[in-house]
Amino acid sequence: MRKTPLADIQCRMWSFANPNKFMRVSGYVLPVTATIATILFVVGVYQGLYVLPPERLQGDSARIILVHVPAAALSIMVYAMMCVSSLFALIWRHPVADLSAKAAAPVGAAFTLLALVTGAIWGYPTWGTWWVWDARLTSELILFFFYIGYIALWDAFDDESKAAPAAAIFCLVGSVFAVLAKYSVLLWETLHQPPSLTIGGEENVHNAFHIPLLMMMAAFFLYFLSVWLVRVRTEIRARRVRAIRLAAARE
Amino acid sequence: MGAFWTMVRRDLALALRTGGGGALGVAFFVIAAVLVPFGVGPKPDLLGVIAPGMLWIAALLACMLTLDRLFQADVEDGSMDLLALSPLPLEVTVLAKCLAHWLTTGLPLLIAAPLMAITLNMPGEAYVAMIASLALGTPSLSMIGAIGAALTSGMRRGGVLTAVLVLPLYVPTLVLGALAGNAAASGLDASPYLMLLGAITLACLPLCPLVAAAALRLALR
Repeated sequence: MRKTPLADIQCRMWSFANPNKFMRVSGYVLPVTATIATILFVVGVYQGLYVLPPERLQGDSARIILVHVPAAALSIMVYAMMCVSSLFALIWRHPVADLSAKAAAPVGAAFTLLALVTGAIWGYPTWGTWWVWDARLTSELILFFFYIGYIALWDAFDDESKAAPAAAIFCLVGSVFAVLAKYSVLLWETLHQPPSLTIGGEENVHNAFHIPLLMMMAAFFLYFLSVWLVRVRTEIRARRVRAIRLAAARE
Repeated sequence: MGAFWTMVRRDLALALRTGGGGALGVAFFVIAAVLVPFGVGPKPDLLGVIAPGMLWIAALLACMLTLDRLFQADVEDGSMDLLALSPLPLEVTVLAKCLAHWLTTGLPLLIAAPLMAITLNMPGEAYVAMIASLALGTPSLSMIGAIGAALTSGMRRGGVLTAVLVLPLYVPTLVLGALAGNAAASGLDASPYLMLLGAITLACLPLCPLVAAAALRLALR
């Protein structure tokens, strides 16, 4: 029988439902992503701080774009990834998908906070204010509250098998706001400028900034991937320890 | 349909006969609105400007604080298990409970809001838009709140968590409701905001009971 593409993807996703296989594959992937992330990060920061000339109007403060834009992009990307994981967990009861969303949440929350803080630091010299209630800033702040709620919901249940689907439902409800955070600058024309990088679109960032920015973007993404893998692996090990303890207690 | 209205009547009777029913929600709303002049000072001009927003915040908190009545008691004493087994779909049960919740909290607020608006010195032009925005917006507060209440219904101390989960979801309703009041207060047309509020409530009507019922089934598992 020929497989449809969807069935093929499902099949592949399911092969990672076996925690043993996930542990084996992630054990090979982790050192690679961690190494590339470190190299890109060091080169990107060096470029940003020493090679890049000061910006014509903003001076040195524009360098913060190399942290702000990747953090903001990842804050939304991580939430989208949590939503996909939650869908897998809810519909197909994929056992690693639960852990994947749980492991991603604190990292995503940290990126959101980083985007908000670097934005405020950048906003003070350029906009003249630390904070405005502009559509982008506000939706990003609400996204941060969704991360907090998601983490709090996981912690509130004693029983992990109940916490996982409840958190997944909440994550999907919050996806409305993640979409809002992504498109807020296009929907409302307030203080925050439109996206800096778009695929196939017009460039809003000068060439000199473009390459280091892409480098930092890749570094942040690979950093997320590495931390996420470490966290999922830790969760799987924690589950094993719990199972062994329970088995020992029963004897 | 008969079962739906029986559900609504049961919840209304329970709300009215135990713990003051709708009166407590309204009492909270009134006290919260009275706190505003203490907080920002009794300057009539300032109060008039912020009145629509403050009334909306007070209404939103009153709706949120009464959410624990939605499912908690029924989950604890086991009635919810029977309701889940009944031929009435759980989604419809949830909708009936939301309607009862709105009738005991949202509807009394519509009556109390003009009185509090007087004490806050709200401009006369804003009254119609303010009441209309509350009438269109508060049903969505009950329905969105049902999601948070359902997610935390199995917990012992779900109160603060419900607030953390639900308040971010209330933001669009709050923004549009306050915008409608402010627009009318400054002599502008409030109808776009009222239409958007209506759109939110209509979108909540099919979606929220689905999500809340899914969350309730988890609590009952």
